[in-house]
Amino acid sequence: MSQSYNRGLIEDFGRWKEFSAGMWAWIFHKFTGWVLIGYLFTHIAVLSSALAGPEAYTETLQGLEALFVVRLLEVGLLAVAVFHILNGIRLLMVDLGIGLDAQDKSFYLSLLITGAIAVASVPTFMTDVGF
Amino acid sequence: MSTQEQKPEPDTEPEEPESQEAPVEQRAPASPQQRRMQRKASNLAERERQAAEDEAKLEGDTVHLKVFRFDPEVANKQEPRFDDFHVPLERGMTVLDALIYARDEYDSSLTFRHSCRQAICGSDAFFVNGSQRLGCKTQLSELDQPVRVEPLPHQEVVKDLVVDMEHFYDQMHSVEPYMQQEDLPEGDLAEMRQSRENREKIKMSTRCIWCGACMSSCNIAAGDNQYLGPAAINKAYRFAMDEREDEEIKEHRLRIIEQEHGVWRCQTQFSCTEVCPKDIPLTEHIQELKREAVKKNLKFW
Repeated sequence: MSQSYNRGLIEDFGRWKEFSAGMWAWIFHKFTGWVLIGYLFTHIAVLSSALAGPEAYTETLQGLEALFVVRLLEVGLLAVAVFHILNGIRLLMVDLGIGLDAQDKSFYLSLLITGAIAVASVPTFMTDVGF
Repeated sequence: MSTQEQKPEPDTEPEEPESQEAPVEQRAPASPQQRRMQRKASNLAERERQAAEDEAKLEGDTVHLKVFRFDPEVANKQEPRFDDFHVPLERGMTVLDALIYARDEYDSSLTFRHSCRQAICGSDAFFVNGSQRLGCKTQLSELDQPVRVEPLPHQEVVKDLVVDMEHFYDQMHSVEPYMQQEDLPEGDLAEMRQSRENREKIKMSTRCIWCGACMSSCNIAAGDNQYLGPAAINKAYRFAMDEREDEEIKEHRLRIIEQEHGVWRCQTQFSCTEVCPKDIPLTEHIQELKREAVKKNLKFW
């Protein structure tokens, strides 16, 4: 027999329109997980400004909070964290074998709740924002 | 009670011959049976009319197939390409029917596996419009046109829609998919009984037809060639959960599936469950085996 043909990875992101709920949940969970790890490092970096004294710490935080981008990123961070928590609960249920038939619905529900909480948090995060 | 005694209605019998001649409308309050039969007859006529209408509507309609082609033995066909076929539609036509028509009428070199055409043999799993489906079980009417038919992803293409299933079969065999019970019941013709509850428990997992759709849809199996894959793990589930095998054999089975490339690779994307043509809850079975494996390892005594 002559050689066969390897088509490689077919289901790449070019086919994102054909992804199902479970696939999206997996992708979002990975993505939000990496974002949270990334945030952990910046979090430690910001907090360690306290090593240079309380004034430096206050100044750093006030400086950051004065930036519009930082406020925007905070809303994003909250959304990412909330989704990761909710989908984590969903995955816990899947691991326990509870409600596997409703796994797509629970994914949509966690998306919905994430969106609602992110929107509701906007007034809190965006008060006295300086441009 | 009294209503039951009144029930015998002798007058319905003699009316029968009369009602056949008389116009149906006049005899509307006939016996319940007559009314039922009348309703059935009119429903049937309606259905037949509908069917004839559908047939007429389909007359001249064609379905546009885009089929993946590759032939390593012909110099001009070694570069994979898509061929277009316009197949006349029929009522209830499946993807496999259309492919068979295309092969018989247009291009006899079009190659694909098929056998029983009723979702039992499991040889005609294709990648249709971006998801793994059985050709014989997929109605063309529920697909968007043009219908893209490709060989199963993540397997080597041998020719056209035929993929190399060897690796899939290897994985299936690696979980030892056969009964291993050695203590058989006494007596010549003694049966090995299984409880009804246990039968229900493994029922879905016995329905696997080895079509390979799940393995092909699995993202993890695509990246990790050694991963057992949903079908093999489902096979392991079918035997591990069977009460007719002893505890030691179950433990032996769990040792196979809890290896590095076993159940723990599954990240619950539900892709396999989504595409399984026999609706086997594959993810559920994999998750249950994970729990069984943990329980086995937590036995300290």
